[in-house]
Amino acid sequence: MDITKDKLLEMYRSMQRIRHFESKIRDLATANEIPGFVHVSIGEEASAAGICAALRKTDRITSTHRGHGHLIAKGGRLDKMMAEIYGKRGGYCKGKGGSMHIVDFSLGILGANGIVGAGLPIATGSALAAQVAGRDDVTACFFGDGASNEGTFHESLNLASVWKLPVIFVCENNGFGEFTPMRTVTSVSDIAVRARAHDLPGVIVDGNDVLEVFKVASEAVARARAGEGPTLIECKTYRWEGHVVGEAAILGEYAYRSKEEVDSWKLKCPLIRFEKWCAENKKIDAGELQRIVTETEKELDEAIAFARSSELPAASEVTDDVFA
Amino acid sequence: MPQTNFIQAINQALSEEMRRDPNTFLMGEDVVLAAFGATKGLIDKFGPSRVRNTPISEAGFVGAAVGAAMAGARPICEVEFASFFYCAFDQVCNQAAKLRYMSGGQASLPITFRAVYGAMGGAAAQHSETVYAQFLSVPGLKLVVPSSPSDMKGLLKSAIRDDNPVIVFEHGALGRLREEIPEGDHLVPLGKAAIKRAGDNVTVIAIGAMVPKALRVADKLVKESISVEVIDPRTLIPLDETALLESVEKTNRVVIADEGHLRGGAAADIAALIAEQGFDHLDAPIKRVTALDVPIPFSPPLEKAAIPGEDRIEAAIRDLMGR
Ligand SMILES: Cc1ncc(C[n+]2csc(CCOP(=O)(O)OP(=O)(O)O)c2C)c(N)n1
Repeated sequence: MDITKDKLLEMYRSMQRIRHFESKIRDLATANEIPGFVHVSIGEEASAAGICAALRKTDRITSTHRGHGHLIAKGGRLDKMMAEIYGKRGGYCKGKGGSMHIVDFSLGILGANGIVGAGLPIATGSALAAQVAGRDDVTACFFGDGASNEGTFHESLNLASVWKLPVIFVCENNGFGEFTPMRTVTSVSDIAVRARAHDLPGVIVDGNDVLEVFKVASEAVARARAGEGPTLIECKTYRWEGHVVGEAAILGEYAYRSKEEVDSWKLKCPLIRFEKWCAENKKIDAGELQRIVTETEKELDEAIAFARSSELPAASEVTDDVFA
Repeated sequence: MPQTNFIQAINQALSEEMRRDPNTFLMGEDVVLAAFGATKGLIDKFGPSRVRNTPISEAGFVGAAVGAAMAGARPICEVEFASFFYCAFDQVCNQAAKLRYMSGGQASLPITFRAVYGAMGGAAAQHSETVYAQFLSVPGLKLVVPSSPSDMKGLLKSAIRDDNPVIVFEHGALGRLREEIPEGDHLVPLGKAAIKRAGDNVTVIAIGAMVPKALRVADKLVKESISVEVIDPRTLIPLDETALLESVEKTNRVVIADEGHLRGGAAADIAALIAEQGFDHLDAPIKRVTALDVPIPFSPPLEKAAIPGEDRIEAAIRDLMGR
C-alpha cells in the first residue's frame, strides 16, 4: 500500500499534537492548574493517528477516559479542548464535561467517556444509524484491553457481527487496566482472538507503528463501507505515564511495573520511529517534520492562552442543557 | 488516643471482620494495590485467595458475589465509584435484593457492597453522583451512609456481619476526616440514627457528607442564639423513623440536607415520613436542601452551584426561624 505524502504528514502532525497537548496537561494537572481526573495516552499516539487517518470527516468515533488522542486525531481543536479541561465556558462542553467527556459532533466525535466499555454499544449504534439511513459512514470505536472484559464488549461485537454493521473496534492494548496487569484478569493474551467468538475478523497490529495501523485500518474501513461488517483491530502498545496523573504521589513510583519495562517502551516511541522511517526511506525531510513541530508548539501556546483567557461559567448556567 | 481517618477506618473494619470470619473474602477492581487506600495491605494479611482483583466486569463480579453468597460465602465487594453500579443493576436489584423473598426465605445473601459516591471536585457527572436514592425503592437492600470515621468503622463491621445485601456508600470528599475511634470491637447497629449535636430550635436531618457541613452551620448559628439539632440517620434502610420524628417533635422545624437530587431523593423520602407522621408537630413547612436536578457538572463553579453547600443549609434554617 502506497501512502501519500499528505497522509504521512497528517499522521505525523496528529501524533505531535497529541504528544504536545498531553505533555502539557500532565504538567498542568500536576501543578493543580486544572481540576479533575486526567488520563494521558503518551506513548500510544500511533493508534489514534493511524486509525483516524483512515477515516473521513463524516465518519464517527467513540472514545474513552483516555481520549484526548482520539479526539485530536479526528480533528479536535486544541483550544476548545484545553478550555474544556480548564472548566471554562469556551470549552467544547461549556465546562460541563472536562477531560473525560469531550465531544464534538461536527467532527463525528461522539465523545470521550467516563464509563469503561460504554463506548462500544454507542459506536455500534452509530454504525446502525448509518446502515438504517443507507449511508456508508463508518464508526471507529476506541477502547482498552480492560474494557474488553465488560459485557458491553461481547454484546456489541455480536450485534455488529450479526447485523454486519460498519464499525471498527479498536482495542488499544497497553497491558494494564489501572494498576492491574492485564494477564492477571484476562483469559487471553491477545484480545483479537475474541473476534472469532463473534465471527468477525480480528487483527493484531504493532500499535506503535503508525503506518501499519493505518494500513490495517484502511482495510477494515473499506470492508465496513462495502457492507461487509465489523473488524476488531488490536493495537499492541504501552502507556508511558501512570493510569491517572498524580498516581505516583499516592502509590509511589513504579508501584506495579518496573522502570526497565517503562524505559524499554520509551525506546519504541512511535514518533521517533516514524521520523526514522522518513529519513531511511527519504520520504519527508527533517526540516519539513520540524516545521510541523514548530507549528504544533504555536498551536498549543495559543490553545493555552485561549483557555486561560476564557471565562469560567456562571453559576446560573448550571441548569442549562439538561433537556433538549 | 490516635486520630483515625475515614479510609483507615474502612481498612480497620475490613481487616477485623476478615480476621474474625474466614468465610469473608474481598473482591473488586484494584483492591490489591488499593487506589483509594481503603484495602491497602489486606493482601498481605489474607492472601490472594481472599483478596482478589477482578476484571473490569461489574455485572460479572457483582453477580458472582450474589452467587457466592447463595453458596455460603460472605463476600465483600468493592464497586469503586458508585455510579458503576449502573453496570451491574440487574445483579443488585433483581437478584441480590429479591432472591431471599422470592425463595420464600431459603436464600440468605450476606453481601457487603462498598462504593465511593458524591462530588469530590471536578470528577464530573459519571464519577460524582449520589446514587443511593436509586436503591431506596428496591426492597431487600440495606443502605448505609456513614458521615464520620467512627461510624464508618462501626457500620461497616455491622454490615459485614449482616445476613442481607448491604450497600455502604463512602463519600469521596470525606477521606481525610479524622477523629478518635473507640477501641475494641466497635459496632454501630444498622437502623439507629445519631444525634450529632443536640439543639432546640431547628432539626437538620443530614445525610453523609452533609453532616459535617450541618455541624459547621450549627456552630456558626449558635452565636446568634439559634440552637440547631443535627441528626444523622446513618442508614437509609432501615430508617430510624422514631429518632427522626422525636427530634422534630422537640424542635418543630426541620431541614433535610442531602447531596442527592431533589426529585425522588432520600430527602423526599424522609420529608414524606415527617409530613405523614409528624405533621402535628411542625410549626413551618419542611425544607429540603439537596443537589439541583442536573447531572453533576465538571467545572468547579458549576459543581459548587449544583451541590448543596453550607450557605444553603444556613439559608433554610434562617428562613424557618424568620431570621
Ligand atoms: C464501568 C467502569 N468501571 C471501572 C471504571 C474505573 N476505571 C477507569 S479507567 C479503568 C481502567 C481501564 O482500562 P483499559 O480499558 O485497559 O483502558 P486504559 O486505561 O488502559 O487505557 C478503570 C477500571 C470505570 N471508569 N468505569
